[in-house]
Amino acid sequence: MTNAMTSLIPAATSLSIANVLAGALVLVSFMMMYQDRISAVINVLALQAAILGFAVIWQAYIQAAPELYITAALALGFKAVVIPLALHRIVEKLGIHREVETVAGISLTMLAGIGLVALSIVVMLHTAAHAEALAREDVALALSVILLGMLMMVTRRNAVSQIAGFMSLENGLILAATGAQGMPLVVEISVAFSVLIAFIVIGVFLFRIRERFDTVDSTVLDAFRGRLR
Amino acid sequence: MTPVILLCVLAWIVLGGAGALCRTQKWSGAVVYGGSSMVAVVALSAALLQLATGISPRPSMVLPLGLPWVGMSFSTDTLSASFLIIINLGGVAASLYALGYGRHEREPWRVLPFYPVFLAAMNLVLIAADAYSFLIFWEFMSLTSWALVMVHHGEAETRTAGIVYLLMASAGTLALLLAFGLLAGAHGSYDFAAIRATHQPSWIGDTVMFLALIGAGSKAGLVPLHVWLPRAHPAAPSQVSALMSGVMTKVAIYAFIRLVFDLAGPPAWWWGLIVLITGGIAAVLGVLYALMEEDIKTILAYSTIENIGLIFVGLGLALAFKADGLLAAAALAFTAALFHAFNHALFKSTLFFGAGAVQHATGSRLLSQLGGLIHRMKISAVPMLVAAMAISSLPPFNGFASEWLILQAILLSPAMPQLGLKLAVPAVGALLALAASLAAACFVRFYGFAYLGKPRSVGAAEAQETDGFSCTAMSGLAVLCLAAGLLPGFVIDLLAPAAQSLLGAHMPTQEGLSWLTIIPISASRSSYDPLLIFIFITVSGSLAVLALHRYGSHVVRRAPFWGCGYAGLEDELSPGVVIGTQYSPSGFAQPIRRVFANLVFQARDKVTMPGPGETVPAEFASTWRDPVWAAVYTPLISAISRVADCANQLQYLTIRRYLGFVFIALIALLIWVALWS
Repeated sequence: MTNAMTSLIPAATSLSIANVLAGALVLVSFMMMYQDRISAVINVLALQAAILGFAVIWQAYIQAAPELYITAALALGFKAVVIPLALHRIVEKLGIHREVETVAGISLTMLAGIGLVALSIVVMLHTAAHAEALAREDVALALSVILLGMLMMVTRRNAVSQIAGFMSLENGLILAATGAQGMPLVVEISVAFSVLIAFIVIGVFLFRIRERFDTVDSTVLDAFRGRLR
Repeated sequence: MTPVILLCVLAWIVLGGAGALCRTQKWSGAVVYGGSSMVAVVALSAALLQLATGISPRPSMVLPLGLPWVGMSFSTDTLSASFLIIINLGGVAASLYALGYGRHEREPWRVLPFYPVFLAAMNLVLIAADAYSFLIFWEFMSLTSWALVMVHHGEAETRTAGIVYLLMASAGTLALLLAFGLLAGAHGSYDFAAIRATHQPSWIGDTVMFLALIGAGSKAGLVPLHVWLPRAHPAAPSQVSALMSGVMTKVAIYAFIRLVFDLAGPPAWWWGLIVLITGGIAAVLGVLYALMEEDIKTILAYSTIENIGLIFVGLGLALAFKADGLLAAAALAFTAALFHAFNHALFKSTLFFGAGAVQHATGSRLLSQLGGLIHRMKISAVPMLVAAMAISSLPPFNGFASEWLILQAILLSPAMPQLGLKLAVPAVGALLALAASLAAACFVRFYGFAYLGKPRSVGAAEAQETDGFSCTAMSGLAVLCLAAGLLPGFVIDLLAPAAQSLLGAHMPTQEGLSWLTIIPISASRSSYDPLLIFIFITVSGSLAVLALHRYGSHVVRRAPFWGCGYAGLEDELSPGVVIGTQYSPSGFAQPIRRVFANLVFQARDKVTMPGPGETVPAEFASTWRDPVWAAVYTPLISAISRVADCANQLQYLTIRRYLGFVFIALIALLIWVALWS
């Protein structure tokens, strides 16, 4: 990569450390899949954000890109601390922190997740065949995090878990953005900022929905719509 | 002349803005209509000047509007100039008429902003010199006219008309878009000059011909694309009806000529065949529809379809002759079609003006509620009579001259080598003769039931003459009808450059022939002396009237009679009495309905007689079905609504399902990328 890290650490080692961090991110995504308590989901989300923060710090270091430290600070500060705390508060206020979500077919979902990881690796193999193997893997892992976040959003019924899925999707986006060199800081910050806004909007909506319908289970909301199927 | 027209367009747009800003002021109507008419006079003189003096058209002007680096180019060639005359003549008359008629509008602010812009849009379509600006202005024209149709949007019929019109206009524009896209090719230029210069493979020309027939035909009202026309034209205020029927349909004909004669390359002989047959069918069906209607404005709208059919027959003949290299005959047919387009603009505008005046004066548009208006609307009845005679193609008026020319072109068809054309053209000629006679019947019915006899309703009995502006506009157009009928040679010579530029030949120059004769091909073949016929008709008519008056008038005795128990009939002599037992318009049309419409329209008369001892009146009902609607549109509408119902299910899914759809789509795309690359 750049000359900064060549002096201290060999290139292969630095890339493989980045790879390990990205792999950890995917692993945490899988962890999130089988949590059926909402507070546990939020804790896993915080863990994922923390790992993302370290991954970004490592990228900032090996790319000698000081602006990435800001991204890392955003990830660590907001996504690993502030948002999970806020989510915990929301959950407590809503009184669902002890609730057990009925998650149907966890094993099936995990299998689908494995399929998604395989798919993203295959896609990357095809589209970026001439790129460096480790860098390619990095992007492939980021893509799997994104897909797993989407899978989380689709399979969960509770609105808070769907938020968690969305946040995890966004973590994947940041990972991809920082792994690829040359992504301007403005873009990253705006992505992070938009996620924050989305979080606030969704949080406000959650309370409104709760006030109106006395639940945040999205299947119950469907019954209130004009016509079903 | 292009800059003059562009300045006129600018003035119209400013007038439209003024109409939108000063919407509540009383004088806004006078300003907008007066201004529009003056601007139209300028544009008309510019176009006349160009054609009469033969100023060679300058290469196109490019203005930096629209798409960056492409701009919009404008030019006024002889074809554009010919149509500019038609459009702006109609514009002058309609604006003049609206100065009086527009005062009766309840919500003038719904008309004023759009009216001048509509005029501007039609002019812009004519001078557009690249496909991009042509389509933009074409849509602009459709939308402004749609806004004008929707003026009385409180009525449910108007809203239906608006929706049907909007849909048909979009479909037509789509066809034109495809046609221009094909002509321009993948990396060709949209400039007309560039399209003209490229050599197109023949399948492109063929497809473009069909698309132009659909796109321009839907705007012009060719059967079966006419369904919007008899709904939308009558729904608009009368000055706009006149513009749409008399003028906007001509813009559609211009589009067809521009695409097929100018841009699509050399024609194949069967293009002419298709256009001919379509036109012939439109002519007969249009007038049959008109004969079954009772609403005066709808009758006029259907009659527009008939006349458009005539014009397309002329154009089809011109195409066939051009394909066979018979250029003189092609020029004759083409000039006849343009001449008829010009004539139709004159008399159809007059008739719509008169219909508007009648509607305002009596409060009704149904023939069965009119009658005797010639006694109450003495001035406007005269131009209406002239226009009705002209549209029935009676000499010495202009309608006869142009239809005679079209028939002369049909008589030349044996010169064509193809058997299909040899067989089809005389058949279409027979259709035209049928259409012309039915049109005469239709306008006898129109004029006879509206203006002659006794009033059939209180409104008709208390009608008042319309205002001076309307009478002036109608009389002016009627005088032009007579003038064009008496001096057809002048019009033919005026149209010669357009034929020359598109076909490479023009009709023999008519100027300088004695007695204002016109000779379409050669003196030994046929000639027409309008002036002689006019003098003969005038002299013999005057003699007959004199003799009748001298020997007949004083022996007429008027006396009361028994009215079969109907109240009021005994007082027939006193003015202003409504008489409901007259010959009815439906009864007048019954023989024709029985003969022609039984099969095509499944017209059925049903009489319900009261049973013995019942005291209810007998009832008569006449029903008919539109075969086009049943055969084309009903299946189409039901198919579309079935698809829409299926798609509608997607509107009511849960959030998770929507997310799932996005997710599955993403996965599918990724799999496709993985497998394909």
